[in-house]
Amino acid sequence: MSEQVIYNFMGRRRLAAIGSIVLLVVAIASLATKGLVLGLDFTGGTQIEVGYQQAAELEQVRSALEQGGFKNPVVVHFGTESDVLIRLQGQPEAGLSDQVMAVLKVANPGVELRRIEFVGPQIGEELRDDGGLGMLAALAVVMLYVAIRFQYKFSIAAVCALVHDVILTLGFFSLFNIEFDLTVLAAVLAVIGYSLNDTIVVSDRIRENFRLLRVADASEVINESLTQTLGRTIITSLTTLLVLLALFVVGGELIHNFSIALIVGVFVGTYSSIYVAANILLTMNIDREDLMPTEKEGVEFDGLP
Amino acid sequence: MNRYPLWKYLLILLVVIAGFIYALPNRYAPDPAIQLSGQSGSMVMDESLMQQAMAALDAAQIAYFGELVDGKSILIRLRDAEQQLAAKSVVQEALGLDYVVALNLASNTPEWLADLGGAPMKLGLDLSGGVHFLLQVDTTAVINTHLDTRLSEAKAALREARIRYKSASLKDQVLSFTFTKAEWQDQATSLIRKEFRDLLPAESQDGSLFVVSATMSTAAVKEKEEYAVSQNITTLRKRVNELGVSEPIVQRQGRDRIIVELPGVQDTAEAKRIIGKTANLEFRLEAKPGQIVGREEFIFRSESERGRTAWLEKKVVISGDSVTNAALGYDENGMSQVDITLDASGGRDMHYATRNNIKRSLGVLFIESKARLEKQRNEAGEEVSVAVPYVEKSIISLATIQSALGVQFRVTGLDNPAEASELALLLRAGALAAPMYFVEERTIGPSLGAENISIGIQSVQIGMAVVVVFMLLYYRVFGLFANLALGLNLVLLVAAMSLLGATLTLPGIAGIVLTVGMAVDANVLIFSRIREELKNGETIQGAINAGYDRAFVSIVDANITTLIVAVILYAVGSGPVQGFAVTLSLGILTSMFTAIMGTRALANLVYGGRKVEKLWI
Repeated sequence: MSEQVIYNFMGRRRLAAIGSIVLLVVAIASLATKGLVLGLDFTGGTQIEVGYQQAAELEQVRSALEQGGFKNPVVVHFGTESDVLIRLQGQPEAGLSDQVMAVLKVANPGVELRRIEFVGPQIGEELRDDGGLGMLAALAVVMLYVAIRFQYKFSIAAVCALVHDVILTLGFFSLFNIEFDLTVLAAVLAVIGYSLNDTIVVSDRIRENFRLLRVADASEVINESLTQTLGRTIITSLTTLLVLLALFVVGGELIHNFSIALIVGVFVGTYSSIYVAANILLTMNIDREDLMPTEKEGVEFDGLP
Repeated sequence: MNRYPLWKYLLILLVVIAGFIYALPNRYAPDPAIQLSGQSGSMVMDESLMQQAMAALDAAQIAYFGELVDGKSILIRLRDAEQQLAAKSVVQEALGLDYVVALNLASNTPEWLADLGGAPMKLGLDLSGGVHFLLQVDTTAVINTHLDTRLSEAKAALREARIRYKSASLKDQVLSFTFTKAEWQDQATSLIRKEFRDLLPAESQDGSLFVVSATMSTAAVKEKEEYAVSQNITTLRKRVNELGVSEPIVQRQGRDRIIVELPGVQDTAEAKRIIGKTANLEFRLEAKPGQIVGREEFIFRSESERGRTAWLEKKVVISGDSVTNAALGYDENGMSQVDITLDASGGRDMHYATRNNIKRSLGVLFIESKARLEKQRNEAGEEVSVAVPYVEKSIISLATIQSALGVQFRVTGLDNPAEASELALLLRAGALAAPMYFVEERTIGPSLGAENISIGIQSVQIGMAVVVVFMLLYYRVFGLFANLALGLNLVLLVAAMSLLGATLTLPGIAGIVLTVGMAVDANVLIFSRIREELKNGETIQGAINAGYDRAFVSIVDANITTLIVAVILYAVGSGPVQGFAVTLSLGILTSMFTAIMGTRALANLVYGGRKVEKLWI
C-alpha cells in the first residue's frame, strides 16, 4: 500500500450539488408531468398471464379475446415469446378471469394458465396510500434514530440523502416508463435501507474523525473520512450490485423491475452518501462543537491495546 | 491477545448446531400425497377403505407408497407430483362423495427432527401455486338489516305502549319517528332508551312535529360488524374444508376483510362457487293430514333419525336469509332450546304464517349445494367423470307451534344441549351473516410456482457464488472467514424462518439474495479497518483487535436503521412484500451474528495468541 492519499471530495461539492439538483429537477418534472406507470397492484384491474406451447401470435390472442366480447384487451409478451400477458379494461370483476380462460381455450386448447391477478379498485387505492405512508414513516423514524444516535445535523443530512435517492429512483421509473408495482415499492424501501446503511457508515467515520483529528477544517475531516471509507463503500456496493445483477438476469420477469429499482438505488445511494449527506453536513457548518455532547460514546476506544 | 473465552466458542458452536438442525428439515422435500377423510368427523376411516383407494390407484397405474391409516384419515404418498390431480379424481370416484379427498404434501421430516420442533419453511402461493382471495364483508348491509328489524320492533313497542306516532322511517341508518305531541316524544325517547339498549335516541323538532331520531351506538355497530365478520369466517372455513385443500388459510384482515388462501388449487371457478355460495334454510309448515297437492317429502338430517321422512308444504314461509341470529338457550325448566332472531320482513311473514296455524308443526329445512360425480363422454369420446352440482334438502327440526311467532322465537323439543347447539350452529353457518364480494384474486398456476422456485434457487446460488469468489480474491484468508460466515448466515436464516413458521415468497428469495450481498458489508467494514490499522503501523494482533472494535459501532448503527425500514415495510406491506421484509430483517439479524462473532471466532482461532508474521488480508 502506498502512502495515504486523501481525495479532495469536497472540492467538487458545488459541481456535485448542481448535478444532483439537475437530476432532481428532471426526476420531479417527469414525475409531475408523466407520473409513474402504476402496476395493477395500485390501479386495480384484471391481468392474466398465460403460457402457450409455442411462440404465441399476439394478434390471434387479441382477436380471440375480442370475439369473446372483451373490449380492447392489452396483449403483450411477458418475458418469453410463448408467455402472454393480458390486461383487461373497464370495471374489473372477480369472475372475469374464468371467462377469459374459457375463450382462450376455444381458440387454442394448449393454452395454460400461469397467473391471474384481480385487484379491486378500492384495494389499489389503499395500497397506494399505505405505500406512501410507509415511505414517510420510514423516513421519520430514521430521522429520529439518527438524531438520537448522532446529532440533528446528521439526521437532516441523512434524510435529505434518502429523499434524494427515493426521488431519483422514482424519477428513473417515470422517465423510462417502467412499471411500478408492489414489489418495486418494496425495493424502494429497501433502497432507503441500503442508502441509509451507507450514509451511517460515512457519518460514523466523520464523527469519529472529528473527535480524533485535531484539525479545525471540517472539509478536511470529511475528505479524510470519505477517503477512509471509500474502499469499503466501493466493495459493498460492488458485492450488492453483483447479486442484484444475478437477480436481474436469472430472477425472472416477476422481480425484474424489483432488481432494476435496487440497482438504480444502489448507485444513487452510494453517490448520495458522499455528495448529498456529507455535502449538506458541510453546508450546515458541522464542527467539533456539534459532537461534544455525545462524546461519552468514545468509551469504545478504551479497549485499545 | 485475540483469544475468545471458551464459553464464547461454545455459544457459537451451539448456535451453529442449532442452525443446522432447524435448517435440516428443508432438505427433506415432502412427498406429494392425497389425504382421505370423512364428510363428518364421526366417520371411521379403516383398512378396507384404504384397500379400495389403493385398488383404484393400481387400476389407474399411479405409483404410490407409504400409505397410512389412523382412524380419522388416510394418507397415501405418490411417486409423481404430476399424478396428484389424477390420483385425487380416481380415488374420489372410487369412494364416492361421502369422503373428502384432498391434495396434500406429506412431511418427510425425520421423527427426531420433528420431535425437536423442526419443520420445513412454508412456501407462499407464488412458489407453491394456488389461489389467494380477498373478500370484502358488506357490513353496511348487516347494520341496515338490523335497523330494519329494530324499526318494526320499535313500532310494535310504541303501539303497545299506546304512544301514537305519525310516521316511522329508516333512512341512512337513522330511525326517525314523528309525533304530534311533545308528551309522546318524551315517552318514546324513554321507551327506546329502556327497551332498545343499542339505540341512541335524540329529540328534535320539525315544524309542528316532534321528532325522535335514533342511531345505533358505535359500540353496537362495532359489535354487529365484529359478529358478521367472525360468522362469515366460520362459514368460510366450513366451505373451504369441502374443497379438499391441504392447509387452507382463512383469516381476517383489517376491520371487514377476509383472506382465503388455497394452496394447490387450480380450478378457481369451482373454488369461487363454493366460497361464494349461499347455503340456506327454509321454514315450512308441515302438510296437513290428508293434504295431497302442494306437498313435498323430505328426509331427516340427523343420524339418529336416519330414514325418517316427513311431508312439508311446498310454500316457503321464510328462508335462512331472514335469520339474523341463532343461539343455544335454555327455557324455564332448564331444557335446551335454540333462540332464533329474524329480520323485520321475516318476522312479519313468520307471524302471519303461524298465528292461524297453532298446534301444527313447523319444519326447518337445511339446504346444501353438493356435487355428485357423473360419467360423461367428452368430445374425444373418452369417458370422464364430471362433478354435477345438485341441491340437497333435509329436515333439521320439526316442532309444534305453541303460539304465534314473531321476530324472535325458539325451537324446542331438542334432545340435549349438544343437539341444540349444533342446530344453532347450522342455522348460523347455513347462511352468511353478511354478503361478501371478491375484491382481490391472485392465482398462480402450478407450473409458474415451480418455475419461481427454481429461478429463486438459481439466483441465490449465482449471487452467493459471485460474492464468495470476490471476497476470496480480495481478502484471501479473511475472505475465507467471511465466506464461511456467509454460508452460516444462510443456514441460520433458513433455520430462523423454519422455526418461526415464516412463509417464503419470491420477493422473500429476492430478500435473501440481497441479504447475501449486504451481509458481507459488516466484514468489509471490519477488514478494511484492519488493513487501515496495519497501514498505520499497528501490530498484527492490535490491528485485528482494533478493526473489530472500531467497526462494531458503525455496523450496529447501520444495521439497526435498515432493520427499522424492514419492520416498517412489514407493517405496511401485504403478502409477498411482507415475505421480503421478513427475510430482510431476519437476514440482518443473523448476518450481524455471523459477520461479527463468527468471523472473529475464526480469526481468533487461527491467529489469536501467537506470533503472526504476515496477515493475508
